[in-house]
Amino acid sequence: MNQSEFLKTVMPFKDKVYRLAKRLLVSTEEAEDATQELYFKLWKNKSKMQNYNNVEAFAMTMTKNYCFDRLKSKQAANLKLVHSNYKEHDTSLQKKVELNDSVSIIHKLIENLPEQQKIIIQLRDIEQYEFEEIAQMLNIKPTAIRVTLSRARKTIKEQLTKQHNYGVS
Amino acid sequence: MELANIEKLLEKYLNAETTLAEEKELQRYFSSENVAPHLLEYQMLFNYFTAGKEEKYTKTIRLKSQKSRWKWLSIAASLLLAVSVYTGYQKNQQKKAEKIYNETQYALNMLSANLNKGNNAIVQLQEFDTTTNKIFKQLKK
Repeated sequence: MNQSEFLKTVMPFKDKVYRLAKRLLVSTEEAEDATQELYFKLWKNKSKMQNYNNVEAFAMTMTKNYCFDRLKSKQAANLKLVHSNYKEHDTSLQKKVELNDSVSIIHKLIENLPEQQKIIIQLRDIEQYEFEEIAQMLNIKPTAIRVTLSRARKTIKEQLTKQHNYGVS
Repeated sequence: MELANIEKLLEKYLNAETTLAEEKELQRYFSSENVAPHLLEYQMLFNYFTAGKEEKYTKTIRLKSQKSRWKWLSIAASLLLAVSVYTGYQKNQQKKAEKIYNETQYALNMLSANLNKGNNAIVQLQEFDTTTNKIFKQLKK
């Protein structure tokens, strides 16, 4: 597989890789680094890539694993610190502005979900993969995905209704 | 699409039983202008998903790692450091040896000079000795 063939196979889903990385790692810079690193890894393993009938699913699995590794090493270092700093910097005015901004409300709600639910929401509701594809990426059964997805959707809906009512009253 | 149908689909959606086609239908409904007021939260959510798909990776992707270049650079740097430390050490040793050599030479010079002085005295002493011998020989005669 030469370079142009490789690029033709892997470039179509680079935005999906980036968005999944950003969903998990939160920061834009981290997500960009992760995407770069992942493509570098794919290029190095290009000989193995032909063994996979679904390269995209393989790449998404690698992205997920890579992000988990990053999170694990970050947790030991400074990710928690960043989060707590963020909360402290939140002034009441900023909070009010954010409440009006529906995009950031939902973003926060998804951010607070458990990792697995976050990934599945990202892969299904944003990237619109079939359950079978997601099952292949995460190596779990489609029924388990449905259960997790349903839980995630219901949580978001409940929280959203709660915040909405709060905003009205 | 009529409202009752949408509500039914939303119910299925929360149970994660909708197909991709049905979810696209919901998306289409919520991107329209006239959404029922009690479904506004869903509109927020579906608009968020639509917007989320727009985010793009804008940087160019490099296939050659910069990391390895850094790795080689650091190896070269550490080698250079090791060599310079080694040669510096050698130079230092040489200087020390020279200093010690000079000092010993000075000391030896001093020793030989003093020794010569002593020799002169011995020569004088010998002269004295021979003259006393002469005197004694004459006395015996």
